[in-house]
Amino acid sequence: MKISTAKNTLGQRLITLLANFREIVIIVFTLVLILVVSLRTDTFLTVRNFQDILLDISIVSIVAMGEMIVMITGGIDISIGSGLALSAMIVGVTLKNHPDTPVILAVFLGIGVGIILGAFNGFAVTMMKVPPIIATLGTYSFFRGLVFLVSGGVWIAAHQIPDAFKNFTLQPIAGIPFLVILAVINTLAFFVFMKYTRFGRQIYAVGGNEVAAKLAGIRTNFVKFMTYTISGALFGAAGAFWLSRYSIAANNTAGDMHLQAITACVIGGVSVAVGGVGNVVGVILGAFLFGIINNAINLIGISEFWKEALYGVAILVAVIVDVTITQRLQKMKTERKGE
Amino acid sequence: MKTSYLTYKKPFSISSFFLRWEWILVGLIIIASLVLTFLSPHFLDAVNLFDMTFNFMERGFLTLTMMFLIISGSMDFSIASIAALSSAILGKVYLATGSIWIGLLAGLLTGLVAGVVNGLIVTRFNIPAFVATLGTLALYRGIAWIILENIAITNLPQEFTFFGQGYIPGTIIPIPLVFYLILLIPCALILHRSTFGRYTFAIGGNKEVCRYSGIKINRILLTIFIASGLMAALAGAFMSARFASIRADIATGMELDVVIAVVLGGVSINGGVGTLPGVVLSLFLLGIVRFGMNLINIPAQQQIIVTGLLLIVSVYIPQVINRLTIRKTI
Repeated sequence: MKISTAKNTLGQRLITLLANFREIVIIVFTLVLILVVSLRTDTFLTVRNFQDILLDISIVSIVAMGEMIVMITGGIDISIGSGLALSAMIVGVTLKNHPDTPVILAVFLGIGVGIILGAFNGFAVTMMKVPPIIATLGTYSFFRGLVFLVSGGVWIAAHQIPDAFKNFTLQPIAGIPFLVILAVINTLAFFVFMKYTRFGRQIYAVGGNEVAAKLAGIRTNFVKFMTYTISGALFGAAGAFWLSRYSIAANNTAGDMHLQAITACVIGGVSVAVGGVGNVVGVILGAFLFGIINNAINLIGISEFWKEALYGVAILVAVIVDVTITQRLQKMKTERKGE
Repeated sequence: MKTSYLTYKKPFSISSFFLRWEWILVGLIIIASLVLTFLSPHFLDAVNLFDMTFNFMERGFLTLTMMFLIISGSMDFSIASIAALSSAILGKVYLATGSIWIGLLAGLLTGLVAGVVNGLIVTRFNIPAFVATLGTLALYRGIAWIILENIAITNLPQEFTFFGQGYIPGTIIPIPLVFYLILLIPCALILHRSTFGRYTFAIGGNKEVCRYSGIKINRILLTIFIASGLMAALAGAFMSARFASIRADIATGMELDVVIAVVLGGVSINGGVGTLPGVVLSLFLLGIVRFGMNLINIPAQQQIIVTGLLLIVSVYIPQVINRLTIRKTI
């Protein structure tokens, strides 16, 4: 909703600016960040490095789309990192034992695993009526435990994965790695899905006002169940891609993926406080900004031990800014009504 | 005749008394103990039983404040990280000053500050507690990593490790158990016999009504968050004393165990409902179950499968029981 900025104080103008042009603010911020980091180090602004950044962002963007639809319905999915690791591990073990498995079959195995895991989340939330944060926190540890069980505590290393599978995500098509193309297709598909399909609109409706959505004839439980299942399919696919991209499936793979995905969503304007708010463009920009920050941390030479703290700061800042903007806007609206 | 809601007291009935969640927990403890007695002849041995409590007393400390948090409809996922961070500070200050007691003080102060930060983020900015503490979970653990990197601080003095490993002189009663029992008394009084406790229940039951009744919601929530931070620091200190070493990754995932224990103890995850005896019983039930899993050699990494599922089930079961008992009373 556009709000006129006339006759407002500077602070109010800033708030409306942030709210109305969030995407542009993120882009400007990202560009400034790129400028600053490239001044600090020569290795940042290279084709090679940006290819790496794009590949990293690709995986995050894929799972972030799943996190987004779950968060728009008013839920949250903490289990995506563990689910991704489990999918990667199952695909890895399968490839180790049957190296001649076709690549496409291995990817679909990952997606299948993800769908089952996501459906389990959906079942716990919609049928067992367990609050999403508790349900997915439970499966966060449940799936991680299964990773240990499947792997027997041993890693799947690069030499155990067939070359055909290792190559497929990095294979350039017209100069762009296949994984990046997949991520772009996924993003475009979600853009159309959320904006122009009935089901996409129903997801917003359920998050905006569940009771009203139910009275309007939307099967709210089914919609919620499907969002968790779709999120599962996405982290399942991401697990297969992860195995191909990094050629490794470890027990602690993607341990902080939920933080990355949630942060990308929150930067992009998906609300944690209320459902029904968020869009694909914001989330992809959020993932991009976060990916740049992540990469810059490594290049500037900040120790690996700082990473977790920085994730924490990123998510806190993103949430606090987002909630503050929303509340200020609300206050300004009510003040205007009072005039 | 009409009875007002406030003065109405349910007539005593034996069936509803024994259908209470606490009795079900007692039954489960007996069953678990019987199974363990079959598995190992050494289980029913006073020394073993007392020693078993070493393993879950830190969780016990944390359940006490987590109980207040969940009853007030809030949540703190960062407790395990606070325990790690405050232990890290404890260790570093000990190394710098040479006095473990100054270290302990610094550790507790860290917990206090961490609790204040949690509380302020939740109350001032109106951020949902689970998201805010998910952020501080990463932040506090991250600071612990920055402080300690991957080294371990060992060689803690014996007068300190005594508190984690020792017994009351001349008996077989472990020190942590004594501390837990001492802490139970004020917690029970505050929760069930004080205005503060009543307000805690009220906030969890209906926040809006509390606001209109003039209850200072934010002040109460902030107090509980600070208590939670302090308790986490205390648990961290006991843990370092028990292991006689401090690492950045101690207590990882312990917040799950604590939430499970509290929810399984009959505290509603939606807030407003719960009792202290239930939480105490479920702590011991889970301790016995964990002891059993160790007894049949399930590795720790796979025990998290059970904890994860248990978390979901522990939230689900009370709903089923509620549905059954409501049908009965109507």
